[in-house]
Amino acid sequence: MKTPSFRKSADDRGFRLGTGLFAFLVVLLVAGIFWELYRTSHLSIEKFGFRFWTGKIWDPVSGEFGALPFIWGTLYSSLLAMLISTPIALGIAIFLSELSPKVLRTPLAFLTELLAAIPSIVYGLWGVFVLVPIVRQLQVHTPEWMRKIPLFSGPPLGVGMLAAALILAVMVIPFTSSVAREVLKAVPSTQREAAYALGATRWEAILAALRFGRTGIIGAIILGFGRAVGETMAVTMVIGNNPQVSASLFKPQYTMAAVIANEFTEAADDLYLSALIEIGLVLFVITLVINGLSRLLIWSVTRQIKVKAPRALAPTLPAAPEAAA
Amino acid sequence: MSLTARRKFLSGLVVVLCGAAVAVALVPLFFIFAYVLQKGFSSLNWDFFTKMPKPVGESGGGMANAMLGTLYLIGIASVLAIPVGVIAGVYLSEYGKKPFASLVRFTADVLNGVPSIVIGIFAYGLAVLPVKHFSALAGGLALGFMMVPIITRTTEELLNLVPGSLREGSLALGATRARAAFSVMVPAALPGIMTGILVALARIAGETAPLLFTAFNNRFFSARLDQPISSLPVQIYTYAVAPYDDWHRQAWAGALVLVGFVFIFSVLARVVTRRLERMHRT
Repeated sequence: MKTPSFRKSADDRGFRLGTGLFAFLVVLLVAGIFWELYRTSHLSIEKFGFRFWTGKIWDPVSGEFGALPFIWGTLYSSLLAMLISTPIALGIAIFLSELSPKVLRTPLAFLTELLAAIPSIVYGLWGVFVLVPIVRQLQVHTPEWMRKIPLFSGPPLGVGMLAAALILAVMVIPFTSSVAREVLKAVPSTQREAAYALGATRWEAILAALRFGRTGIIGAIILGFGRAVGETMAVTMVIGNNPQVSASLFKPQYTMAAVIANEFTEAADDLYLSALIEIGLVLFVITLVINGLSRLLIWSVTRQIKVKAPRALAPTLPAAPEAAA
Repeated sequence: MSLTARRKFLSGLVVVLCGAAVAVALVPLFFIFAYVLQKGFSSLNWDFFTKMPKPVGESGGGMANAMLGTLYLIGIASVLAIPVGVIAGVYLSEYGKKPFASLVRFTADVLNGVPSIVIGIFAYGLAVLPVKHFSALAGGLALGFMMVPIITRTTEELLNLVPGSLREGSLALGATRARAAFSVMVPAALPGIMTGILVALARIAGETAPLLFTAFNNRFFSARLDQPISSLPVQIYTYAVAPYDDWHRQAWAGALVLVGFVFIFSVLARVVTRRLERMHRT
């Protein structure tokens, strides 16, 4: 005979397994992406092996695929974007969590996070018709002696590495700043109070807080980098789409995401498609590692202080609910 | 300058620089909004909402099919993603301390950072490659995959906002865990869960990259799941990179509609969450 309490515990187990199954689907999704991408790119992996990643020639007609220019373009544009955006994003995070008057805090946070809500395609549209002409003017007015430096060499096209890095910088600012802000929020106020008690100035107290949360801040920066690496449409529209390895800011280049977006529907034969998917696979693995790493770093700060995990996943989300008093 | 004066100066300088950083970030925001509003409104007309695209060379026409297509794709994505996301979120909030829950949470956050174009390739492999043609279903799948982690995490967070005493109360009355979760906790967090869904919708509505080679594009509208379908972002992209002024004009109008949509959902989500927070704070 089943007692009611027995039935109840059986029900509870069913509930746990049932909902757990759906939770497992999330894990399965990531595994599925990896397997599917690996499966559909094995043709290219087998044919080219490691050569795929060192070859500079991308010629679909002759069936020669080397992805180096795309990796270079992705890493270079993302690094440049981080150089521009990191100081700004950290400045915003510090201002909003430490300095801003209370009245301004919410509206300013909302506005900066609105940058993350603008769709990539709108950034691209704006980039093509507004930013690129501005960059072109900048290039036209670059003095002759500067153009001799490899960094500024190349024709004044407007489209190219500089335009891409600028637009990427704007796009990743809200991601880095909102996570950095959560991290600073999680730093106990005793840290700042102690600094003030020792006679610190405002900046020195902020430095103490930054130092306390540095792991999380680094996590926030890496998270922004991950965003920049995977960004597709806006970059595709302004980078010029020319596969070449060059340090020049003015030359058109190409990124991994952009080549997939541009050439995927044109890939006529299996090898071509497989090569594009292999680029996708590597993009997937890179972003997986970057995101995993940044998440662990951020958690290590926010967990240790028993504050809610940061709302990095969607900065368009409303501000994190404060822990119930 | 004395050491104290120098320290004070440095401190003041940093305060100013941090304020400047906020201003610097707001410049592109206003710049973009100003352009989208100005160019968009001057190009927007009734035809834009009601007419189909005209063939190349003819001016006029609109994006009726693309707007309908976007709604259709969002619908497919929602049907696929909402049940999975919400139930996974319920699991995380009910059994959040188990190691498996940490794994799921971690995976969801990581999945959230996977580039949308990679998700697009995955949907292509699942739904386009086997049948050899683009389809609305493939596009909906891609968008749905992107929605799942967002909904999972917001559902969890908002369920955690509901006081645990509600759960304990219903368990004390003899309810099973399932009953407590679905009849008490989820209804209490429902406005919040709806908000999470809105946020996810706002985020995927503007996605272009994963649709380029799944839903593809279509000059007409077809409600069939196995046919290519046009969408607002892809249509904007096609028009933006084409060399016709009239198409550029329409691309701006499309951008305005898209930004308006995203903006309304972001504000709505914010308002609802604020109210929810206030409700549960006392």
